[in-house]
Amino acid sequence: MTFINYAAREINCKLVYYGPGLGGKTTNIKFVYEKTNPTSKGKLISLATETDRTLFFDFLPLDLGEIRGFRTRFHLYTVPGQVFYDASRKLILKGVDGVVFVADSQAARMDANLESLKNLELNLKEQGYDIKTIPYVLQFNKRDLPTSTPFEEMKRRLHFKGEPIFEAIANKGTGVFETLKMIAKMVLLELRKGK
Amino acid sequence: MAGADLILHPEEYERIREVMARLRSECNAKMVFLIDKNGQQICAQGETDAIDTTALASLAAGNVAATDSLARLIGEKEFSILFHEGERDNLHISVVAGRVILVVIFDERSSLGLVRLRVKRGSTDLRTVLETVWSRSAAPRKAAAGGSPFGEITDEDIDRLFSD
Repeated sequence: MTFINYAAREINCKLVYYGPGLGGKTTNIKFVYEKTNPTSKGKLISLATETDRTLFFDFLPLDLGEIRGFRTRFHLYTVPGQVFYDASRKLILKGVDGVVFVADSQAARMDANLESLKNLELNLKEQGYDIKTIPYVLQFNKRDLPTSTPFEEMKRRLHFKGEPIFEAIANKGTGVFETLKMIAKMVLLELRKGK
Repeated sequence: MAGADLILHPEEYERIREVMARLRSECNAKMVFLIDKNGQQICAQGETDAIDTTALASLAAGNVAATDSLARLIGEKEFSILFHEGERDNLHISVVAGRVILVVIFDERSSLGLVRLRVKRGSTDLRTVLETVWSRSAAPRKAAAGGSPFGEITDEDIDRLFSD
């Protein structure tokens, strides 16, 4: 649900990073935070446990500049990946404009990826969205690990609607901004269509 | 797609601002905020310079969303008011018309009783304006005053956002 404020001349969109626990959702957002000009970003809020596992959400507001005289703001959220935090995940998807699915490339995490993807589809549906039509980008994270599943195999298992795929090593920043740019672009194009 | 976009036009924004300014004054509050349930700030009034209002909006929405779920979990429809008492400042959070969140931050210059009383009246006034906002938001985009500038967005416009 994009918020268009004609009085303040602002567009506000909500992006959610989804995926299995320890897959790198928070790492994506932290990298964006570290590399963004201080004037273009707000505070990074992390509601995490003492062991740095996301408990409720991470939140980063980003100001991307003007488009047609409107300041374009994106609110980036992550969800807690651990299976038992499902109630929190549902809340964070409310009003979402675009989703990035951060898949963990390690072979041992393929089942967790599939479970999380299924969970995303269900939770979107509960909020009235269709995973097949919402702006959506797939990221294969941790491509540098020796245990990572080959690209084609990842694609065969997780790619389902022609969505853009990015290979990433989020802790080094590889693929992080490419992913963000693509989902932001898809959301803005959706705005152009006027839904 | 779930729910229409929220589109706020200057005339309604001005009316909201007036109600919020009056509410702040009547409550003797430091700050008042109106936030949509998805965490987007609609209006802020008061001594807001010292505070990260974007973060406040997101956290207040998270708080309300979690509390709503807690209410349903124990068989309640909702907890209509949240109150957090601090050593200096207090936070009064209420939901207006089921869709937006009204946050009042006040200190010893005011009282919970006064805030509750004024919030009740302010909420009625806000509801009236918000109903206009929602009905205009739900109308086809091209019917909005001045037309939509977004139909004209080009790929170049979007690429330019990422040029830095």
